[in-house]
Amino acid sequence: MKHIKTLTTKLLQSTAAKGGCGECQTSCTVANQECENK
Amino acid sequence: MIHKYFLNGLYIVLDVNSGAVHIVDELVYDVLDYYKEMSPEDIAQKLPKYSKEEILECCEELAELEKDGQLYSEDIYEQVVPKIERRSPVVKALCLHIAHDCNLKCEYCFAEEGEYHGKRELMSLEVGKKAIDFLIKASGKRKNLEVDFFGGEPLMNFEVVKEIVKYARSIEKEHDKNFRFTVTTNGMLLNDKNMEFINENMHNVVLSIDGRKEVHDRMRPTASGKGSYDIVLPKFKKMAESRNQTDYYVRGTFTHYNLDFGKDILSMADNGFKQISVEPVVADESMPYAIKEEDLPRLYEEYEALASEMLKRRGTDKDFNFFHFMIDLTGGPCLMKRLVGCGSGTEYLAVAPSGDLYPCHQFVGMEQFKMGDVDSGVVRDDIRCDFENCNVYNKPVCKECWAKNYCSGGCVANSYNTHGDLVTPYETGCKLQKKRIECAIMLKATQSEQQ
Repeated sequence: MKHIKTLTTKLLQSTAAKGGCGECQTSCTVANQECENK
Repeated sequence: MIHKYFLNGLYIVLDVNSGAVHIVDELVYDVLDYYKEMSPEDIAQKLPKYSKEEILECCEELAELEKDGQLYSEDIYEQVVPKIERRSPVVKALCLHIAHDCNLKCEYCFAEEGEYHGKRELMSLEVGKKAIDFLIKASGKRKNLEVDFFGGEPLMNFEVVKEIVKYARSIEKEHDKNFRFTVTTNGMLLNDKNMEFINENMHNVVLSIDGRKEVHDRMRPTASGKGSYDIVLPKFKKMAESRNQTDYYVRGTFTHYNLDFGKDILSMADNGFKQISVEPVVADESMPYAIKEEDLPRLYEEYEALASEMLKRRGTDKDFNFFHFMIDLTGGPCLMKRLVGCGSGTEYLAVAPSGDLYPCHQFVGMEQFKMGDVDSGVVRDDIRCDFENCNVYNKPVCKECWAKNYCSGGCVANSYNTHGDLVTPYETGCKLQKKRIECAIMLKATQSEQQ
């Protein structure tokens, strides 16, 4: 594309697929947390 | 829904529901104002500074993204809400209020000099052990468990901290658990001996310091009214170095008194700290140090200036990490986590020195939020349900917000303290959060452009 550079695509779909195991660290900004079930 | 903004020379477009992030040129940025309502011909009339050919080419690229689900994508996640409400979360983290006592008299402390609306009190080892037993039992099949030693000032009851850690370590394997301990300290009682214990046992350490000496000492005096900066700074430097500049944060609070808080962050960085977290104070707006609506434009400028300075320092020995600009655009937390947030009242509970359970550290001492105790467990299921129902789609304001998948609906305690309910966000906090997210994404975009 000439006018658009895509930095990341469909991030949420990819995270939705693996969601909810609950093993991640309790955040206490959620977006800067890491998934520990990679 | 999309969100677009211009920052640090970059035109950035976020597609909210897919999570896609695009860097565009000025033409696309301008065309997006009309793209959904007008034909390319009509847009060309609206934007005479571009040729019809350019507009047409731009619209074709936008249509391609749209077709691919990376622009104006549909919100398909509301259907996840019933799944959230059926998930029966287990408790996986406790904030242990090991000491409702403090050796500082910080003006902005929500714990009221460490006492949390009550009396000075230290947690006994017996209560601490019961809290560990409760967590093991209430955590179901979860393996990773977290315990944060909080206060007041935890080092005022450090022998009990050590014994609780020892107890948890002695029983974790038989229950197939992995404890991760953290501690938050004002540093006044740090010495070589307890530093050694912390380094051997604590997964993360939060060191409370506000930045420049005059800023720190104004808000964080000792009981006799003297500043604490000169006492804690050398200890914190030693602590950070002894942890190889990882697995810790120096954490500060900025107020109406230091709207130029970027200078405080840079003061920390120039003192050699590499892991920095500084947050706006949350206080009743009648307090003289509270952040006010009219402060926001100044704070936005400060966040933007901080981001620019971080770019300049990137790759040099002055480089540092700012917790609130961290963002993972390649993975990060799963959708479920993004929708429900921190898990207060469900996955994360606070334990008062008496053993009483509360939804999180900010609710401790509010009788109406007492959920049970370490002997009986959670007996107020109604409170737990109220918190379990806190998700982005149950908060009307959040549902329509571009930042919902990054901030997860904000802090429930802040909602309660400002609006008296759990689902109406604290607006000032929202506005600052959005600015931080914009800066964080800009930093990633700039990094991508430079590669």
